[in-house]
Amino acid sequence: MRRILISLAWALAVVWTTAHAALDPALVKPLGGDDADARVEAVIKLGALGSPEAFAILNALNEEKLYTTPEGRVLVVEDDKATDPLTGEKLDLPEGTDAITVNNRLRRELESALAGLRLFANDVKVRLKAAQEVQQNAGAAQLPMLEKALGAEKDQRVRDVLDMAVAAINLKSDDATKRKQAVERLADTTNASIRPVLAAMIEPKPDGTFVEPDEGVRTAVVETLARIDRHLLVIEWAGNLYYGLSLASVLLLAALGLAITFGLMGIINMAHGELLMVGAYSTYVVQLAFRRWFPAEIDWYVVAAVPTAFIITAAVGMLLERTVIRWLYGRPLETLLATWGISLGLMQTVRTIFGAQNVEVANPSWMSGGVTVLGGLVLTYNRMVIIGFAVFVVIIVWALLNKTRLGLFVRAVTQNRRMADCVGVPTGRVDMLTFGLGSGIAGLGGVALSQLGNVGPDLGQSYIVDSFMVVVLGGVGQLAGTVIAAIGLGEMNKFLEPYAGAVLAKIAILVLIVLFIQKRPQGLFALKGRSAD
Amino acid sequence: MNRKQFLKTLLGASLAAAWFAGSASAADTIKVGILHSLSGTMAISETSLKDVALMTIDEINASGGVMGKKLEAVVVDPASNWPLFAEKARGLLSQDKVAVVFGCWTSVSRKSVLPVFKELNGLLFYPVQYEGEELEKNVFYTGAAPNQQAIPAVEYLMSKEGGGAKRWVLLGTDYVYPRTTNKILRAFLKSKGVDEKDIDEVYTPFGHSDYQTIVANIKKFAAGGKTAVVSTINGDSNVPFYKELGNAGLKATDVPVVAFSVGEEELRGVDTKPLVGHLAAWNYFQSIKNPVNAEFIKKWKAYAKAKGLPNADTVVTNDPMEATYIGIHMWKQAVEKAKTTDVDKVIAAVGGQTFKAPSGFTIKMDEKNHHLHKPVFIGEIKADGQFNVVWKTPGPVRAQPWSPFIAGNDKKKDVPEGM
Repeated sequence: MRRILISLAWALAVVWTTAHAALDPALVKPLGGDDADARVEAVIKLGALGSPEAFAILNALNEEKLYTTPEGRVLVVEDDKATDPLTGEKLDLPEGTDAITVNNRLRRELESALAGLRLFANDVKVRLKAAQEVQQNAGAAQLPMLEKALGAEKDQRVRDVLDMAVAAINLKSDDATKRKQAVERLADTTNASIRPVLAAMIEPKPDGTFVEPDEGVRTAVVETLARIDRHLLVIEWAGNLYYGLSLASVLLLAALGLAITFGLMGIINMAHGELLMVGAYSTYVVQLAFRRWFPAEIDWYVVAAVPTAFIITAAVGMLLERTVIRWLYGRPLETLLATWGISLGLMQTVRTIFGAQNVEVANPSWMSGGVTVLGGLVLTYNRMVIIGFAVFVVIIVWALLNKTRLGLFVRAVTQNRRMADCVGVPTGRVDMLTFGLGSGIAGLGGVALSQLGNVGPDLGQSYIVDSFMVVVLGGVGQLAGTVIAAIGLGEMNKFLEPYAGAVLAKIAILVLIVLFIQKRPQGLFALKGRSAD
Repeated sequence: MNRKQFLKTLLGASLAAAWFAGSASAADTIKVGILHSLSGTMAISETSLKDVALMTIDEINASGGVMGKKLEAVVVDPASNWPLFAEKARGLLSQDKVAVVFGCWTSVSRKSVLPVFKELNGLLFYPVQYEGEELEKNVFYTGAAPNQQAIPAVEYLMSKEGGGAKRWVLLGTDYVYPRTTNKILRAFLKSKGVDEKDIDEVYTPFGHSDYQTIVANIKKFAAGGKTAVVSTINGDSNVPFYKELGNAGLKATDVPVVAFSVGEEELRGVDTKPLVGHLAAWNYFQSIKNPVNAEFIKKWKAYAKAKGLPNADTVVTNDPMEATYIGIHMWKQAVEKAKTTDVDKVIAAVGGQTFKAPSGFTIKMDEKNHHLHKPVFIGEIKADGQFNVVWKTPGPVRAQPWSPFIAGNDKKKDVPEGM
């Protein structure tokens, strides 16, 4: 029934789009009613009209700006001012007016109706996006509309997408040559939902015949299927590679601070996770500040959070070093216990200030969503930014340690403290600054983690084990080792996960690390020569 | 002014006063235990239950107490540590001699206190939705059993209005509640004619935050037909999952996710943009409109402000909070009916009690199976962290603690052992 309606309405739309008719009240009225089926039908009919007025009202509904009065009058409400979409009359918001609730079913119809209307927009980008949306769930009813859009379309990319959508519909055509053409055309498809449709066509029925009667079409289907499968395999491997890299960047950011405090200085810092948490909470505070004072630049709060988090966590770290840790140098067991106590203290402090609940850290808009590559693999922006950020931090740390005077002192003190002291290096201050640097890097890690998961007092707990794992595996005292270990762990995890599941993959990784440490206790990269004491 | 009058003027106002009065004269009070984690990983969910319990006790004391006696709350902190739950429960029952305990959240904490309650014949009100498969004489369950939450949610997603899902991803954290719930759901889906190949069961470790592979797999799976995800992921691990889902371009209109442990309280600390349109099934939502609920929310907000709870201006109510509120009131009514706080007599009196709940229904404690009859609501997440109720049962549903979808349960009795 619905399909007939749509095709009928689209036939009408061709005539109506040119004549700007006011909306029929009978079409709009059901939107404010309680009958779910009538509302869906009204949306479809309005979408079929194709007029700017219909577009406006559907858009208002989609943005939840469409309200209904107790008498069933439908109004568009914007900033507490109501407009009657039928007459254009402006009026105050009547008593008892309520927003029309949109559930998933209605939203789906709305989006497809809106996408259909956008196919005729002036902006190529809008058309391309609309075409991709329509392609996802186009049915036979949309065929006339698609063909019309195809006829008017000049842009090759949009044409390709529309063409593919038409081909997908033509698979059900009665004409064998049309079907064959469609199958051949679909060999380049990136829409994975075509695969089961094609596979069903060559499925043998119990009586020995096939769903697809034509022999020639069936051969074409087999060929097309093989190509789609090859394509999907490429996507899967590229996906695993990217996911692994992304996990590696998270591990690296979490562990890099520890690589300095534990790796270089030899302090078993159990409060490392809480330094990550302090970094994440700094991000939250910066976000609050931006909301309060610079609401227009809210999208850039993350950029401002990077130096802020570094400074705050570095300060916390230096305070810890001066007050607690420096009295415990050379006593690893006491350090372990003391820093564990500090971690509990930091967690409870945060709980007291911000509450036990998680706090909200939103992705800025330029970190939301993703880009589709290879026709099917979505690379999400937030993870891409974090991979880039990890590379940036590694370069900074490497340059600091190898190209600056502070770095020279750090290396000197960690390699031979007494000799460094003799030649006039202020070892106490260098210790403080090194610990501060390690903590500050942990704070940067916290900024990155806040963009992926929850920010709460327990945030650090879930990363402390992983951080130690990366540093120990990489070889204590080696920055390069930490990087390689993070990449290795990330990739291994992500290539195991599809086969073993998340739980088994994690266990397998732990077992492998234990075995590896048995064989090579010094980790992947060990210091060589006299400095290795 | 004699001593009783003096006490009354003090008690009306605040909990501190109630506590003082209680310690001043123990004979005039009834002690009740509150056993919720106030520190550790579960503090995020359980702290607000402790506060709701205290609010309810204040409310009861303000209206004259129970049988003329004031209630005195004994709050302990088991610190999200399961063995400590048993220890603290023992302390409450044998040292503080409390008449009743309100508490526990995770199934494992409940399992760990059970032997203590049985041994010392205590009384526990458990306010959280759980996997069923349990029926104890000493426990009243005011949260939902699977047939009061999970199964209606799946039925809704199967319906035309819910999107008509044909394929199912059962995604959960790897522990007892998701495993049992998914076992029930799998059997239920099969009974509805869903093929084995159309069900995918996936588990993650605790605290999992990298959902890239899982989301990619859901996307692949969804290519084979209309798919819905049933998520029994533990509390706040849901956020990274929804974030990944949103960024990968899977919208609620394509692949709806229904979650059983995401409520208003969990959404408070979350950027809700990627979650809009996804679903949750509960027996109560803050957004339900009726006078009882409006009153409940008003009281809770006023209480939070008066007590200076953290973020008092953004407090929300949720399902386990409502269940705690109902539980305390039902216990009060039962004590008044039994005219004693003796555990065995109170247990006999709780069955059949009714209460006008904030969910808008007068709900009843079942005469036999120690579970509440509860209405079921399904809500879509809105941008403000509240829920838009899209479906509800016509009335309260009786609980089936022994799910008929698990083999062997048909032989189990619907009453606790020893009753």
